[in-house]
Amino acid sequence: MIKVRHYTIAITLLIAMVFQIIPVPVQVDLYRPDWVLIVLSYWVMALPHRANVGVAFTSGLALDILLGTAMGVHSFALSISIYVLAANYQRLRNYSVWQQAVIIGVVSALYHSLLFWLLRLLTDVTFRFEELWPVLTSMALWPWIFWLLRKVRRQLRIT
Amino acid sequence: MDTIFTRGPSLNIRLALALAMSVMLIVLDFKLDAFSTTRVFLNSLVSPVQYLANLPGQLLNASAQRLTSQQALIEENEQLTNRLLLQNEKLQRFEALEQENKELRRLLDAPVRQNMRKMVAELMAVDNTPYSQQIVINKGAIDGVYLGQSILDERGIVGQVMEVGTTNSRVLLISDVTHSIPVRSIRNNSRFIASGSGAIDELYLTHVAHSADIREGDVLVSSGLGEVFPEGYPVAEVTQVIRDESRPFAQVTIAPQARLNRLKYLLLLWPQTSSEPDEQAAEATDD
Repeated sequence: MIKVRHYTIAITLLIAMVFQIIPVPVQVDLYRPDWVLIVLSYWVMALPHRANVGVAFTSGLALDILLGTAMGVHSFALSISIYVLAANYQRLRNYSVWQQAVIIGVVSALYHSLLFWLLRLLTDVTFRFEELWPVLTSMALWPWIFWLLRKVRRQLRIT
Repeated sequence: MDTIFTRGPSLNIRLALALAMSVMLIVLDFKLDAFSTTRVFLNSLVSPVQYLANLPGQLLNASAQRLTSQQALIEENEQLTNRLLLQNEKLQRFEALEQENKELRRLLDAPVRQNMRKMVAELMAVDNTPYSQQIVINKGAIDGVYLGQSILDERGIVGQVMEVGTTNSRVLLISDVTHSIPVRSIRNNSRFIASGSGAIDELYLTHVAHSADIREGDVLVSSGLGEVFPEGYPVAEVTQVIRDESRPFAQVTIAPQARLNRLKYLLLLWPQTSSEPDEQAAEATDD
């Protein structure tokens, strides 16, 4: 039990990564929410002294390896996005879940724009609006992840 | 719990550190290609996550296999037998043609094409964003996969190996924005370069002159130039040709022959070119 408590954040992040890379049909793939970003966002808002920019950087590196992008691209975008949340966690905690969902949407849009800008620097990719679908699906997913992870956190009394 | 007095460096310093390290990594990886050797190790490190992500699909497949009715199996069997018969008939003609081709090539003193070593691989993961089109297959360095190896499905060329791990490897699809493949038209042997567009069902030909003889429906096969892809495998079919004289080149859109969005089983090729110095070594590993 003690062990699970210590590694809960890491385990939830690992599960999020699995969901991030699970193979799905192309038509569905377009709407895949940013699992890792959402789970990280919850932990940053709930326990900012446990998870913040450092954890975001490390998970970003793992994503880079998993998704085959140039090393550092996802860690860069994730670090900045999580920094925005970590710097304002006291205010964001007081928002309702629905207001938080909007904030998550904004952060997700920032995350995707950062990814696009970085990749644009490296290769000659062109912008497509389809790439912003995850912003909406992430917003829709946020309340559920929020309730689930809060339950996990309270059940296991993670501090 | 201590949230008022934070421990360690401040958030801003952490961010600066993370960003500096990210930029350094990007430069190291992309500009200097410093991770080409460590990537194998890193890929093996994260492969448990990939296997985990692949598990639900495999379970579904397995249960679907268990649950198929006998009727469906019989039907499928019949279908496959029919197809085998038809293809065997084709193969008979093909064998005669191959023999004839070999003899003609010998008469012309052209090198006779070798039979290649092949291996079937299975799809493990798909990373399809408009920014990168890659897949992961379940064969790696221990199976003899090498960098730049050609990957096919039953219809045509799929892509090439871009990273080799111990037990799996990452394949760059021909539809990726950073990928280009030399092709030639079957109809008149004119050569082109086909580049990926980032969309999975669309590629385009670069630098096609307005006067180039190309029309809709032309089938393009790999030309073997560039010595990455073996010659003569189908790549794409021309879907649209726009000759707008106000632009420097004709815009040619092509559709890949391989069904890139529903890959399941793939074929790995080991071409043996006679110009290769380590041919003996390759043959030795074959045995």
